[in-house]
Amino acid sequence: MRSPQMYAHLINRTNLVDLRPVMEMTTRIYLDNSATTPVAPQVLEAMLPYFSELYGNASSLHGFGQEAHAALDESREAIAETLGADPSEIIFTAGATEADNLAIKGLAFANPGKRHIITTAIEHDAVLSTCRWLETQGREVTYVGVDANGRVDPRDIAKAIREDTLLVSVMAGNNEIGTIEPIEEIGEICREHGVLFHIDAVQAYGKIPLPLEVIDLLSVSAHKISGPKGVGFLYVRKGIKLTPVLHGGGHERGLRSGTENIPGVVGMAAAARLAFSEMGEVVPRLSGYRERLIESITALPGTRLNGDRTDSLPHVSNFSFAGIEGESLVMRLDEHGIATSTGSACSSPNLEPSHVLVAIGVPLTMAHGSLRISTGRQTTSEEIDALLAVLPSVVKDLRAISPFKVVQ
Amino acid sequence: MYTEKVIEHFRHPHHMGKLDDYSAVGKVGNIVCGDVMWLYIKVENDEQGREVISDISWETFGCTAAIATSSMVSDIAKGKTIDQAIAITNRDVAAELGGLPPIKMHCSALAADALNEAIYSYLTEQGREIPTALSKRHEHIAKEIASLEERYKAFADKEEL
Repeated sequence: MRSPQMYAHLINRTNLVDLRPVMEMTTRIYLDNSATTPVAPQVLEAMLPYFSELYGNASSLHGFGQEAHAALDESREAIAETLGADPSEIIFTAGATEADNLAIKGLAFANPGKRHIITTAIEHDAVLSTCRWLETQGREVTYVGVDANGRVDPRDIAKAIREDTLLVSVMAGNNEIGTIEPIEEIGEICREHGVLFHIDAVQAYGKIPLPLEVIDLLSVSAHKISGPKGVGFLYVRKGIKLTPVLHGGGHERGLRSGTENIPGVVGMAAAARLAFSEMGEVVPRLSGYRERLIESITALPGTRLNGDRTDSLPHVSNFSFAGIEGESLVMRLDEHGIATSTGSACSSPNLEPSHVLVAIGVPLTMAHGSLRISTGRQTTSEEIDALLAVLPSVVKDLRAISPFKVVQ
Repeated sequence: MYTEKVIEHFRHPHHMGKLDDYSAVGKVGNIVCGDVMWLYIKVENDEQGREVISDISWETFGCTAAIATSSMVSDIAKGKTIDQAIAITNRDVAAELGGLPPIKMHCSALAADALNEAIYSYLTEQGREIPTALSKRHEHIAKEIASLEERYKAFADKEEL
């Protein structure tokens, strides 16, 4: 779908980066879009002038600075519009990990009297590790569990709220299994109890509607929505006080010092516009791929779907295969030029599989054989066919060398 | 992350499967940790009357490194005398593969352990004297398996398989 002509202007313009070898690898299939996504051609195009032509520092008074500042303002407005927020509520960061840190630590530092935070057992490490660190600093954290499909029960959140609860942080959609959380219900509970509500919307932004009226803080990363790496934002509702994590020149209303990453921010705004403008086409298409993957893969012996069949992000599906280990499966698929990922333990030092799969009660024997397939706007139906064509034989081969026999 | 040798053995593993007429099997690892290796050996006397591992095979549930080390240990041990095979260490296996990422070194330990356990089982079944090094290693492996089972008891109780 990407023709060499699309990149021709780049090659001619810079003479530095020759992208042709990348373009020629047409046989490779990328189904790991929850990890990162390719920058969309139109996003790249929007960014390019901001490297060597419009390279000013947005804080500078001269024309170069004004150009950069205008780009920053326009990008902030475009992003605010996608959420129905005010531009002043968007704080640019270097990604969602930073946005999560700023939200959680920033609130904790600004509210020393409110010692308690509530989150869930299936959050991304950017939230979990931040909460665990705050525990070492004298804060208390409740990690609410989830059901077998990965869904948080809003009543469990309500039960966990205490007098000194500062914040509830729940992801909108899970990055490993795709389950969508009941954000609206949890948000209403937080409102009733006067507790702040942060959501990690990294996988959900641009894919599902986000009820901003019940959300106080929201983290997003550009590179999950066909934007560049190294840039993200935190939505912070007006009136909420945060203590910055980074101190310096006072950029971003003093909440995030550091010269603004103008090409990145422009790219993120272009990616956001793209995601929201084509949501009506992309989401049903990716849901269709997911449905096809579930139908075909769960029909194989010794497999299970991890996550919720219907209440899911459209682009993430996660399966377990009895008798085989996930990393081997990923490596075998890679030999066929198909990129996927696993929640298996083999690359973690403690040998325990993904905390998400453990939290939803996947038997450890099955949790080690997990495979995450995540599609993107550029994924084609033919690519899904290609995966489904090789997967059964790959699974069969790996089971043949496993001591655990699964009836084929 | 992996050396070419590791990838080569992962892609085209040697001696995989289960021998029809094996003399002994060594079973190591724990499924809750994501690595299980069963190593089969066939022991026969060679022309000089020495006991040698005349054939070998394995079945492994595990990652790329686990499969590659299974393949490599089978290559190294095949044709060796029992005494020579006892001397094979996890370092030998890792070195022959051109090294393993630090996080995957336990996979090479698993492969050497499986060989150790297969030989221990063979000598025990034959009612033979067990060399001290071999029995020490066996006790250590048994202790490790027991501690893993204890550590994952809460999980294992819920297992379906």
